[in-house]
Amino acid sequence: MSENIINKMSYNSSDTNLHDYQQSCDDFNWQTDPKKTLNIAYQAVDKHLNTSIENKVALRWLGKDEQLIDYSYRDLAEQTSLFASVLAKLGFEQGVRVFSLVGRLPLLYISALGTLKFGGVFTPLFSAFGPEPIRSRMEIGEVNVLVTTKRLYDKKIATWWHELPHLNVILFIDSPEDEKISVASSHPLDKGCYWLTILLTDADTRYPCAKTHANDMALLHFTSGTTGQPKGVIHVHQAVVAHQSSAKYALNLKQDDIYWCTADPGWVTGTSYGIIAPLCLGVTMIVDEAEFEVERWYHILQQQKITIWYTAPTAIRMLMKAGTAIREQYDLSALTFIASVGEPLNAEAVRWSEKVLGLPFHDNWWQTETGAIMIANFASQPIKPGSMGLPLPGITAAIVKRNAQGRIETIEQAMQIGELALKQGWPSMFRGYLHREEKYQQCFQDGWYLTGDLAKRDAQGYYWFVGRADDLIKSSGHLIGPFEIESALMEHEAVAEVGVIGIPDEITGQKVKAYVTLNPDVECTEHNLAALQKELKGFARKKLGAAVAPKEIVFRKNLPKTRSGKIMRRLLKARELNLPEGDISTLESDEQ
Amino acid sequence: MNSTEIERLIIEAIKEVAPEVEKNTIDFDEDIREECDLDSMDFINYLAALQKSTGIKIIEGDYPKFHSINSALAFLNDKNS
Repeated sequence: MSENIINKMSYNSSDTNLHDYQQSCDDFNWQTDPKKTLNIAYQAVDKHLNTSIENKVALRWLGKDEQLIDYSYRDLAEQTSLFASVLAKLGFEQGVRVFSLVGRLPLLYISALGTLKFGGVFTPLFSAFGPEPIRSRMEIGEVNVLVTTKRLYDKKIATWWHELPHLNVILFIDSPEDEKISVASSHPLDKGCYWLTILLTDADTRYPCAKTHANDMALLHFTSGTTGQPKGVIHVHQAVVAHQSSAKYALNLKQDDIYWCTADPGWVTGTSYGIIAPLCLGVTMIVDEAEFEVERWYHILQQQKITIWYTAPTAIRMLMKAGTAIREQYDLSALTFIASVGEPLNAEAVRWSEKVLGLPFHDNWWQTETGAIMIANFASQPIKPGSMGLPLPGITAAIVKRNAQGRIETIEQAMQIGELALKQGWPSMFRGYLHREEKYQQCFQDGWYLTGDLAKRDAQGYYWFVGRADDLIKSSGHLIGPFEIESALMEHEAVAEVGVIGIPDEITGQKVKAYVTLNPDVECTEHNLAALQKELKGFARKKLGAAVAPKEIVFRKNLPKTRSGKIMRRLLKARELNLPEGDISTLESDEQ
Repeated sequence: MNSTEIERLIIEAIKEVAPEVEKNTIDFDEDIREECDLDSMDFINYLAALQKSTGIKIIEGDYPKFHSINSALAFLNDKNS
């Protein structure tokens, strides 16, 4: 395997935060005290007040239309206090659940940190979600306040939010003077809706940071389930300890870095490493409002002199596809370290980056439940392209299996496939699935957190991702639950049954494919089926949004089912990929 | 192709990836990805469909010109003239 290793002979050890990997692991101590007061917003923002970096640019926002706005650490401290004081004025108390449904606008970042400063619980939702994923997450999360734009509100929220018993207030972060909404703003807003910009004008810039405790709930992120509704993953303020140390070790972040995390805060990476960790370490972070575009991204890397870049395989593969001629027009010499997360980065992409970008991508691995990076390729260590790397200092990982007695047993032999497990107890470990205690307990056994990911470990201790142990789909780095999609399609009058799986896609890793059977009264002429296929695609997109809806829909006369009537997604997938069908003893009714 | 035909082909290409889109409810000057809820892959597939139906080659460097429907119209009209 040695030919597949990228050694870093020229690496200057003074450039890395992790000089001696083994020593750092041996010496590591989390030094956390659950009784201590600890607040993520204090660690990210207020901590820097009256220090040498208080006037340094903390957040540089790049707008779609070439706008640029800088916020210093002092600006962020004042703005987040304003937001916290608005929550107080509206009569909310610590623990208030604030959700955001908005693109990457400055007030999103201020709302997130302001909520934490107030002692509330923050949940980001991806603005490309359709009304159904939005509603189910808001219901489960018992949202009190939603931060959004008037435009998204009108499109996705306005007709049903009054039915949610806990939701009292909607804050619009766009301005009533905005020319695009000026017509609408001449009408009074719906009851419970406010223009945030107006509330902020007479709020308090010195509103103090709440004295939350290390184990107080801070963040509620949603993750997809295979057989049920999405789960609300609970994180506490103490998670910030792991955010900070992982960003230091796995992203090699130092205070003088200019850092760009391309993830949207609607997903956990965009919160842990797109808001919290970089600010805790006092770096300048870049936020780009626009969506991915090859030239725009190269331009930002050059113009902003990005030193550390954290992005995702889908984007990397799109850059590869665009070719080297575009890349050669840009000077990327400021880059010192680049990392990738979301799904395994293929070895070819790592090699490509070394050759074309001038430095290799460092893949790393973590989940919504782990709260922070757990396994990574480090700046100071050789990279094994295609591997997720080595466990971080403070993290004990293993490949495990259940023995005959049902106990967890670690697999010591190299390259044996098993479930990836982590020794429980790190600070950003999730503390529950909201209202799903039993489900939470099922994730732990004999002191291990069982990740649900299948992996193997080589003789040098590097971990290699193999696949999910369940039916969850990884597309563009996002975990998508088939059940949510199946339920949405089932609502269409022509549909009798649906099975949803992820099929390989060279750019996005996996794409969502739905197998549908139709009700007997549907006329199955070629013309009718073609029209229905389009109709169903549009139907699903309207309900679920582009990020979740299936990219491909096919019709079947029957779907493979177990005796209890459960659709065997595993079998659909094996057949799609020409793989062995495995144990089909429970198959009662087969695909046609 | 005249401008009206190009506009029809643009709408058809959008509907390939986002069949639910209705022409009269979208703003031709707005960011098409937001207006029509297109993710990165949808956007690329939309441009591939458009390239096929118009016969006009669309390279990576042209993508920013397809920011909105009106900017796409201007670009394709120009290429077509």
